[in-house]
Amino acid sequence: MLPETVIPRAAWAEQHPLLEFLRQTVAVAEAELRKLFHDPQELITRSVQPALWLIVFGRVFSRLRDMPTGGIPYLDFIAPGILAQSVLFVSVSYGIALIWERDLGILHKFLSSPASRSALVLGKTLSAALRTLPHAAVVYGLAVLLGVRVRANPGMVLQVIAFTSLGAMLFCALSLIVACLLRTRQRFMGINQLLLMPLFFASNALYPLKMMNGWLQRISGFNPLTYLVDALRAAMVRGGQSTYGLSFDLTILSLIVLLLVAIATKIYPRLIY
Amino acid sequence: MLTTLLPPTSGGAEVAGFDVVRQPRQIRRRIGYVPQAISADGGLTGYENLLIFAKIYGLPRSERQERIQTVLDLMELGEARSTLVQRYSGGMVRRLEIGLAVLHRPSILFLDEPTVGLDPTARRTVWQHLQELHRNEGTTIFLTTHQMTEADTFCDRVAILHRARVVGIGSPAELKASAGAHATMDDAFTHYTGAATDQEGNLEDVARNRDTASRLG
Repeated sequence: MLPETVIPRAAWAEQHPLLEFLRQTVAVAEAELRKLFHDPQELITRSVQPALWLIVFGRVFSRLRDMPTGGIPYLDFIAPGILAQSVLFVSVSYGIALIWERDLGILHKFLSSPASRSALVLGKTLSAALRTLPHAAVVYGLAVLLGVRVRANPGMVLQVIAFTSLGAMLFCALSLIVACLLRTRQRFMGINQLLLMPLFFASNALYPLKMMNGWLQRISGFNPLTYLVDALRAAMVRGGQSTYGLSFDLTILSLIVLLLVAIATKIYPRLIY
Repeated sequence: MLTTLLPPTSGGAEVAGFDVVRQPRQIRRRIGYVPQAISADGGLTGYENLLIFAKIYGLPRSERQERIQTVLDLMELGEARSTLVQRYSGGMVRRLEIGLAVLHRPSILFLDEPTVGLDPTARRTVWQHLQELHRNEGTTIFLTTHQMTEADTFCDRVAILHRARVVGIGSPAELKASAGAHATMDDAFTHYTGAATDQEGNLEDVARNRDTASRLG
């Protein structure tokens, strides 16, 4: 039979592959955001944790005077770290949601559609990026209330959004990869706990890397969260300094995002075998 | 495999004139698929489910709303369009899933046990809709079922699978005839598969089937 004998019967305008790719990516992200809109409870519950870190942990540790924060108050020092933590925690939930979609059959439906696998993965990461925005707003609001000297000029806020988006995409893709490898909710939840705490504590979110001993510093140097916090610290608070430089942070985070999205795209269909 | 979700371990196949290994995206444009498990998203409304897939399948913006409304009407879900799917009954979910699968007017519609877990009324409605699709749009319908009476009543051609192999294929009349005079489809099934089918499958399959049935119920 000639391929021409069976054409799709919907009267579609032939579209440029790139436009098609973008449209599918946005559709996947749109589905996620519409679900969030129907059930916004998660936005509220997920705001409790950063609030506790800032209000309880931050204020108590502010009394320690000899933390080498580079001359800024400790609360100012950890506010970007808590923002990064918020991004991390929100984004890693995508893996378990994916396993859930696989168990139901929703993933089968998407994989049997003409959407390219990379659009499916990128759509998820894009929605993670957007999903962190309200959380960023909450952390900003809390920080202002607690007297953190936040940089409020639009340029800096845009930089913060760019970096939280990049970080959200990174950890979302990582989480999708872990989900594809582990395949069951139970195993995912176990590993998730095992990964989250080291990612958070072996980073510069709560203390400068130079306070760690040698081996831990080297491990933290491989932790993407470190570069996210580094960039946020310079962009978010007055007097905050970047250790590596914003362009280095941007480059390294972008490269990791590309790598992880590529890996996730490759192994995504295998989740249903 | 025919829906391009699984790669074949050996051999090959063509769907709608395209090769399942080399041209999966061409096939995906031309087929609709209703998995046995629930493929509509419970956190979205019926309309939103259709809207997302209308975008994924690339229905032109100018036709999108009209086509979604047509499908909602076709599946008698017009009144439930703005209700979250998690509040739908089992039969409504199935109808929405069929709607989702035919939104882009596929040439072939694949259904994996479309009536499992449905009550007789919902079952009948689902079959009515499938027959309408076949009649009005000329869609080829390819489905699996354990209900031999369904196969007998609604299918033109039936293949009986036993231990992952086709053991009998033909029209229901032919299959029944080979099982003896006055045989039912159930008899034909037993004739072709022998009596040992009950030992197939494993606990995981059983659990999954019952799970699906209870979620739909």
